[in-house]
Amino acid sequence: MAENEKDHGSEKKYGQIHRRVFESNAALFAVAATVAILIGGIVEIVPMFTEAITPYTPLEVAGRDIYVSEGCYLCHSQWVRPMRAEILRYGPWSRAWEYQYDRPFQLGSRRIGPDLHRVGNKYPDAWHYEHMRDPRSTTPGSVMPPYPWLLEDRIDPEDVRASVIALRKTGTPYTDEDVAGVEESLAEQGAEIVARLATAGIETTPDRAIVALIAYLQRLGVEGRAELEAQGVEY
Amino acid sequence: MSAATAAPGPGVVDYDDDIVRKFFLATAIWGVVGMLVGVIIALQLAWWPANLGLPWTTFGRLRPLHTNAVIFAFAGNICFTGIYHSMQRLLKTRMWSDTLSKIHFWGWQLIIVSAAITYPLGLTQSREYAELIWPIDVAVTLIWVVFAINFFGTLAVRKVKHIYVAIWFYMSFVITIAVLHIVNNLAMPATFLRSYPIYSGMTDALVQWWYGHNAVGFFLTTPFLGLMYYYLPKAADRPIYSYRLSIIHFWGLIFLYIWAGPHHLLYSGLPDWAQTLGMVFSIMLLAPSWGGMLNGLLTLKGAWHKLRTDPILKFMVVGVTFYGMSTFEGPMMSIRSVNGLAHFTNWVVGHVHSGALGWNGMLTFAVLYWLLPRLWNREVAYPKMVTQHFWLATIGIVIYTVAMWAAGLMEGLQWRAVDDAGQLANPIFIDIVHRLEPFYWLRLLGGSLYFVGAVMMLINVFKTVRGPERVAADTPATVPAR
Repeated sequence: MAENEKDHGSEKKYGQIHRRVFESNAALFAVAATVAILIGGIVEIVPMFTEAITPYTPLEVAGRDIYVSEGCYLCHSQWVRPMRAEILRYGPWSRAWEYQYDRPFQLGSRRIGPDLHRVGNKYPDAWHYEHMRDPRSTTPGSVMPPYPWLLEDRIDPEDVRASVIALRKTGTPYTDEDVAGVEESLAEQGAEIVARLATAGIETTPDRAIVALIAYLQRLGVEGRAELEAQGVEY
Repeated sequence: MSAATAAPGPGVVDYDDDIVRKFFLATAIWGVVGMLVGVIIALQLAWWPANLGLPWTTFGRLRPLHTNAVIFAFAGNICFTGIYHSMQRLLKTRMWSDTLSKIHFWGWQLIIVSAAITYPLGLTQSREYAELIWPIDVAVTLIWVVFAINFFGTLAVRKVKHIYVAIWFYMSFVITIAVLHIVNNLAMPATFLRSYPIYSGMTDALVQWWYGHNAVGFFLTTPFLGLMYYYLPKAADRPIYSYRLSIIHFWGLIFLYIWAGPHHLLYSGLPDWAQTLGMVFSIMLLAPSWGGMLNGLLTLKGAWHKLRTDPILKFMVVGVTFYGMSTFEGPMMSIRSVNGLAHFTNWVVGHVHSGALGWNGMLTFAVLYWLLPRLWNREVAYPKMVTQHFWLATIGIVIYTVAMWAAGLMEGLQWRAVDDAGQLANPIFIDIVHRLEPFYWLRLLGGSLYFVGAVMMLINVFKTVRGPERVAADTPATVPAR
């Protein structure tokens, strides 16, 4: 398309070199373009060294899968920024090591609703149960859709085991006992939540999706906050 | 789809325009579908009962459907339309393999359909603009390889030695999307429907935003600049303003873009040096971005009067201008302190849509309207409707972005407001949510106007395609472009 190009006066030298070297050699052009786009990524993408934190329990893994599946991250961030107002509203700002076993990460990019990184232990289990059944029962005027099916859906232990095995392969330090004891662990932690819900007059079973989701939400940010407080970090 | 396919004479290349027509129709149809989902989720934010109380129709499941449909189905198909059309003409050769072209087309549409089925079912990886579950990711990789083989095969058998600037941009699209897609989606499958990324936590976030930002850079920017470099000079009947500018801004753009991802993670646990690199490179990106915008706009030098009568040029000029505006706004929002206010707010949504509706959408409409009479050898059925579409879309974008800017600034300021006693001025989050409601309705209005414009285009396309063929073919498909 030489007609499409207009040279202003005498063409500068680099233009000639570019034309001669690159613009007639597709392979060389492709290699040069590949090198140009790889540099930035190689420099920036580094593994981050982190402090120790406890991996998610099988029930929390199942709850996290529900969180991912329902697209909660599209309205709720898990990322308290180091700013006065955010710390006042949500708690200590989020450290990198707190996310160590987050696969996939759930930092989010939009706050249609509030941040959830420090939501753990903020409300009783029953609050979450009612909130999922009807968000407006706990937060008048909420714009969140209700999630009544989470009260009915059941967790399949074999499905959770598959998740734990896959997470172990990616590097989460689950032991053989953890993998073998998925079913037991699910029942045990589920029963604790069911018991707490019962004190609020809510009847459910340990294998419900809502129980797993509550387990996950109640764990968010708790260990990190405790660790920061133990270290005496001011925020 | 019976187009003029007269036997090619000596020295005339028999271009494959059938594949171009296929991608063209896919663009027009998926565009309407993707925008319709956008209108629905906009309504859901203004009026929550529009979530319908069903698992498959909640905002959390439909938003990925909207973003994926407009990016990969609408924008993706127009890139392929333009590439298959212009590349053959620029290189004076038919695509290397018609079979690969067809596999690419049908494979890509099948991927879109599978996305439209899996997202409402809650099957997602939750990586923004890369939510597809792993088996579909594998399919994307295979189809992309098919496209790349055909693309480079065509370059290898080209009849013109010189490679025009549009093709450089296409090439960076083909290469970079392959790299981004594969690296970002490396994951360990747990079941056929679920997998976990090999990266964790902040590393995972960085990889994803390296992908996410460069999906904007190499899916919504470089191929569209390629389209601009081919179709803008065609529509204006003017040569590109500066060849030298195109060299600098091409290399500047593809080198700098890749670094900018960390600006999505400012004030996070990401190491400060990486955050700062992301910010600095984002600001530098302004230069090559505006190089492209100026090269596009200045191409109209001496042809500005045509804007008054030619709706296609109107679409192009507004599109390129929005490109300039959103590539100014983007670097500004990457400055730490500005980002501290803008991040997590509707301002970001407004920014994205000034780029998507303004730049990608308007340029897409321009290319479609330019191609429509040429690909089918028919007069556009409703020429006046093209101008009406232009005004609806332009007014729609303005309403949309202004509403989102206002909403974003308001919520950003109210989240951070602290009273004299040092306490939050708006401690109840939901109070701020309620104040956004009028802006959500306004946004719905703006988005709906834009959507109606796209529906009008689809009607125009179908009416034109079914209309009578031109008697005296002035631009038959078999005559190479000038």
